[in-house]
Amino acid sequence: MLQTFFQQCAQLGIDITSTWARYGGQYLTGMYNTITLAILATLIGCIIGFICGILNTIPCGPGDNIVKRVVLRIIRVVIRIYVEVFRGTPMILQAVFIYYGLPYFTGSVRWPSVFIAALVIVSINTGAYMAESVRGGFLSIDPGQTESAKAIGMTHVQTMLYVIIPQALRVLLPQIGNNLIINIKDTSVMFIISYGELFSVHRAAVGATYLYFPSAAIEMTAYFSMTLIASLILRWLEKRMDGSDNYELVNEDQLVGAAGTYTHPVKGSPYDEHSKEAQKFQQQRQWAENRKNSEASDVGNRSLDQRGER
Amino acid sequence: MNDNLILEVRHLSKSFGSHQVLRDIDFVVRPGDVTSIIGASGSGKSTLLRCINLLETPTSGEILFHGEDIVARKGGAAAYRSKVGMVFQSFNLFNNMTVLANCTVGQVKVLKKDKATAKENAMRYLEKVGMTPYINAKPRQLSGGQKQRVAIARALAMDPEVLLFDEPTSALDPEMVGEVLTVMQTLANEGMTMLVVTHEMAFARDVSNHVVFMADGVIGEEGEPEQVFLNPSNPRMVEFLARFRQQ
Ligand SMILES: Nc1ncnc2c1ncn2[C@@H]1O[C@H](COP(=O)(O)OP(=O)(O)OP(=O)(O)O)[C@@H](O)[C@H]1O
Ligand SMILES: [Mg+2]
Repeated sequence: MLQTFFQQCAQLGIDITSTWARYGGQYLTGMYNTITLAILATLIGCIIGFICGILNTIPCGPGDNIVKRVVLRIIRVVIRIYVEVFRGTPMILQAVFIYYGLPYFTGSVRWPSVFIAALVIVSINTGAYMAESVRGGFLSIDPGQTESAKAIGMTHVQTMLYVIIPQALRVLLPQIGNNLIINIKDTSVMFIISYGELFSVHRAAVGATYLYFPSAAIEMTAYFSMTLIASLILRWLEKRMDGSDNYELVNEDQLVGAAGTYTHPVKGSPYDEHSKEAQKFQQQRQWAENRKNSEASDVGNRSLDQRGER
Repeated sequence: MNDNLILEVRHLSKSFGSHQVLRDIDFVVRPGDVTSIIGASGSGKSTLLRCINLLETPTSGEILFHGEDIVARKGGAAAYRSKVGMVFQSFNLFNNMTVLANCTVGQVKVLKKDKATAKENAMRYLEKVGMTPYINAKPRQLSGGQKQRVAIARALAMDPEVLLFDEPTSALDPEMVGEVLTVMQTLANEGMTMLVVTHEMAFARDVSNHVVFMADGVIGEEGEPEQVFLNPSNPRMVEFLARFRQQ
């Protein structure tokens, strides 16, 4: 019993080697095609999502003129329909529908390449999911941020660009990461329109060798390494966006020669309390640093574990 | 007459649905005035301030800024707001920016100043509020009092003609109230025109030169601090003061 298991393991090694020998290059090309499609589609999907989110949150009250209100109303309905249709149907069918639908109606006009068709379909799908997330992301940001941006005279567009979107982007980063990972896996349905992604290589290989399991083992490993690397990069990106936990207390002697010379007639200098505060903050920085160091070693341990498992 | 007035509020009313929050409010702000708006919770003080900054649209009435009605005027709300600073109870610093960026973003994006000038200007006001050592900190790394001082510097950096404060010390721990009030008192002494909604009766009495008492959406009593605090004629003001004395 145990003996057969080891024999099978050895056999698997041989089969994988022989499959790889014949199709290794194609597996790698498939990985490349998959990852390009996934990354580009996620980026474009996010842009679509943000545009929908912004259009959905343009302020519009009873005070605004009728044209603006009607236009906004129509835009919102269109976005609603878009989101529901693309979230509510399988991507594999959408691919067939769109890829064969275009020449069906136009006759001569075809998709310039399968890649473009696949990119459009995956982007539009990602956009449909992101539109809702972005709306939620905007709503999660304290209305006080918008108010203070308005209060210093920013227009709606400026408020969005400099205050709301940067904060929403941080809130949405885990969601964007999710979408990237989902796209790495779900682009596998694009074999249906003959896009040469990783899963299509499996279909081609087993068609010739009939070695289903060995090829699947290669594919599993390939997909898993791509998603794992993607999620590690995203973690790193999140940390980077949060910035450092501590900051340099600027030494006012260097930067502002005059600081602290001002003295209030009644209360004295606001710097009277400064030294106390500075001490407090030095202390807080120390704590933050300690916490960061211990977190860093945590992360180190975790990645060691993962390497151990493989 | 208009020449020596910055703001005139004329017959201002505001309703939320059927709930009338402000009724026929009238008062003026002269350059250098420090006006305190006091009154019970729910009397419409914040709503009044928000109307003046056009964060709420008045239902009726006029708000004249240097004689021009900014309610009737279509568009230009952003430009007007850049001349009227606002400090919020909950600070509302931009969470994605450092202290310095909070104080320069408005100058660069709204007033179109170049970065160096904006920074220089911001540093001047950050120094005034005693926050220069923290220019690289993010808001989440500051205490409440520090945040509010940065918020004041941010508003000042726009070189506004009037500064509106909505209960700037109400969200602060007692030991931080002093540092913010000190900054506000300095500004008052330097001649900044200020409109301050506050529950700090000592500030209203000692720092401001004009006190407006609001009750149920109307101005119940208004005048110089001595008169309003020592000889109030409105029975609601008498009651309001009595409650404060008890505390
Ligand atoms: N956006 C809004 N929609 C509906 N009602 C509102 C809105 N904002 C304020 N109100 C109502 O207006 C009234 C006055 O509110 P306001 O915030 O101006 O009072 P306030 O005097 O500032 O009170 P406080 O001292 O508690 O801050 C309250 O009854 C409040 O419920
Ligand atoms: Mg209020």
